[in-house]
Amino acid sequence: METSGAIIQAFIAPLVIGGISAVLGALISITDKIVNNYGDLVIDINSGKRELEIKGGAALLLTLAENGIFIPSACGGRGSCGACKVKVVSDIGPHLPTETPFLAKEEMADNIRLSCQVKVKENFQIEIPDSLFNVKQYEGTIERIVNLTHDIKEVYVKLPEGEEIDFVCGQYGQFEAPPYNKIKTPTQRAYSMSSAPSDKNHLEFLIRLVPGGIVTTYVHERLTEGQKINVVGPFGDFNVKDTGATMIGVAGGSGMAPFKSIFNHMTDTGEIQTREIWYFFGARTKDDLFYLDWLNELDAKYEKFHFVAALSEPQPEDDWEGETGLITEVLARYLAERVDRTQPVEGYLCGSPGMLDACMAVMRQFDMREDKIYFDKFA
Amino acid sequence: MTPVISPFSLFFASIFTGNILLANFLGMCSFISISKDLRSSNGLGFAVTVVLTVTTGVNWAVLQLLTALGLVYLRYIVFIIVIAAVVQMLEMIIDRVSQSLYMSLGIFLPLITVNCAILGVSLFMEIRDYSFWQSVVFGFGSGLGWWLSIMALSAIRKKLDKAPVPAGLKGPGITVITIGFMAMAFIGFSGMLQVQ
Repeated sequence: METSGAIIQAFIAPLVIGGISAVLGALISITDKIVNNYGDLVIDINSGKRELEIKGGAALLLTLAENGIFIPSACGGRGSCGACKVKVVSDIGPHLPTETPFLAKEEMADNIRLSCQVKVKENFQIEIPDSLFNVKQYEGTIERIVNLTHDIKEVYVKLPEGEEIDFVCGQYGQFEAPPYNKIKTPTQRAYSMSSAPSDKNHLEFLIRLVPGGIVTTYVHERLTEGQKINVVGPFGDFNVKDTGATMIGVAGGSGMAPFKSIFNHMTDTGEIQTREIWYFFGARTKDDLFYLDWLNELDAKYEKFHFVAALSEPQPEDDWEGETGLITEVLARYLAERVDRTQPVEGYLCGSPGMLDACMAVMRQFDMREDKIYFDKFA
Repeated sequence: MTPVISPFSLFFASIFTGNILLANFLGMCSFISISKDLRSSNGLGFAVTVVLTVTTGVNWAVLQLLTALGLVYLRYIVFIIVIAAVVQMLEMIIDRVSQSLYMSLGIFLPLITVNCAILGVSLFMEIRDYSFWQSVVFGFGSGLGWWLSIMALSAIRKKLDKAPVPAGLKGPGITVITIGFMAMAFIGFSGMLQVQ
């Protein structure tokens, strides 16, 4: 008798807690439905260029995305990256405490807001760069995955039949990993396109495995050929300036991506024959090098294209005869001895923040102008 | 057994003689951190009062249910769930009704969920066997008491900003000493009326 009482007790407790939570949960969602109903609103973009008729109550970032306008956002709207800045012209009240850490004083004065934190509660007037109208979401199909090194994969995505993307070399796309394991929501991360812009029906990314990275781990452990995947793009303003100046490119690891796109594009246009180009690629051991054949071929074929690969820790079995040392040391050596610095020079950097800062320091040391050094920093 | 104290006396008792902050030292964390600023103190005091009144009433009803089912030992968990849900709803409503209040409360509103004064009042309500009206009045009074104390402390701290406080005691140090004096001052009321 007593045991059965205890058993009933054991069941009642979770039931009661569950029941109370369910009732409260229902109350919260009913309140949400009633309180957060702002009716039909209009968002005016770039003074009349586009007008969206929307339902109010959700975050601006989400509302825009639902209507096909994609503001760059690396964290997916959690307010942790600060990328989704948008200028809101209409007065929507002071900045929220969740916005202020990401905004400079001038930006606040200029009504720049974090679109993932701002809720659409009234008619909005906003301003965004025109290039964002070009941004679309594509449901691509993975056509090919190639292992370039032990930790970098080349992922070739086919866009849906008949759809095309217009982008400039150096821009990036946001690659979305579906929920897996403990990751409950789709997660987007930005990767530079490595395909040439002329290949309008495809996008290619070089994705390096970052330990603990949500999307990179997904790509390396789960992504298969033939799978459907969401890609949003193009974003970004890293591109080659059309000045004809000597180009000094420095990259490491998957920082190769924009340069692959750039050099292929230059081969198509013929610019590779007329413009002086130095491309430095730094790696640890020979195992971390890839695309060597292609780059060496460019080097041999075109007089003005120079490719320098450097290993910082060459192994005995690598049988390495090229440059050794940190990429910054090699860069400094070439800037001092080989590069003709009487001509205008521009720096193009792509890689980890540490590598970028070190290379910038070297370039400044050789009197390269800061505003002539362009970079694509991996966050 | 329900105590005989009238809701009216209980109301004043919970504000002055049994002040939740100064007699029971509950809800200290936000008391110390927010009292730096008078405006935020006012907003938080208001929010605490509303949350206390509503949650104590709701928790009283929930407690009757738990008692009937013989599950009183679950009260801690259930009280916290109720508090969290009420704060959540209150946040949505304030966001809709008054943007300026929402802005001034900001992050403090969700933080009320973990304010121990809120759970403390619900637990006192249970220990002392209050009736429904006693509970609501006790919650409301405790909220006003909390509001009063944080406004008083905040005003004192404004004066202290200009006072020659020794470097080692600046900030939290002198604040805690001040709270001690305030608590002693409030003990003066305790002879008049006892919360029970």
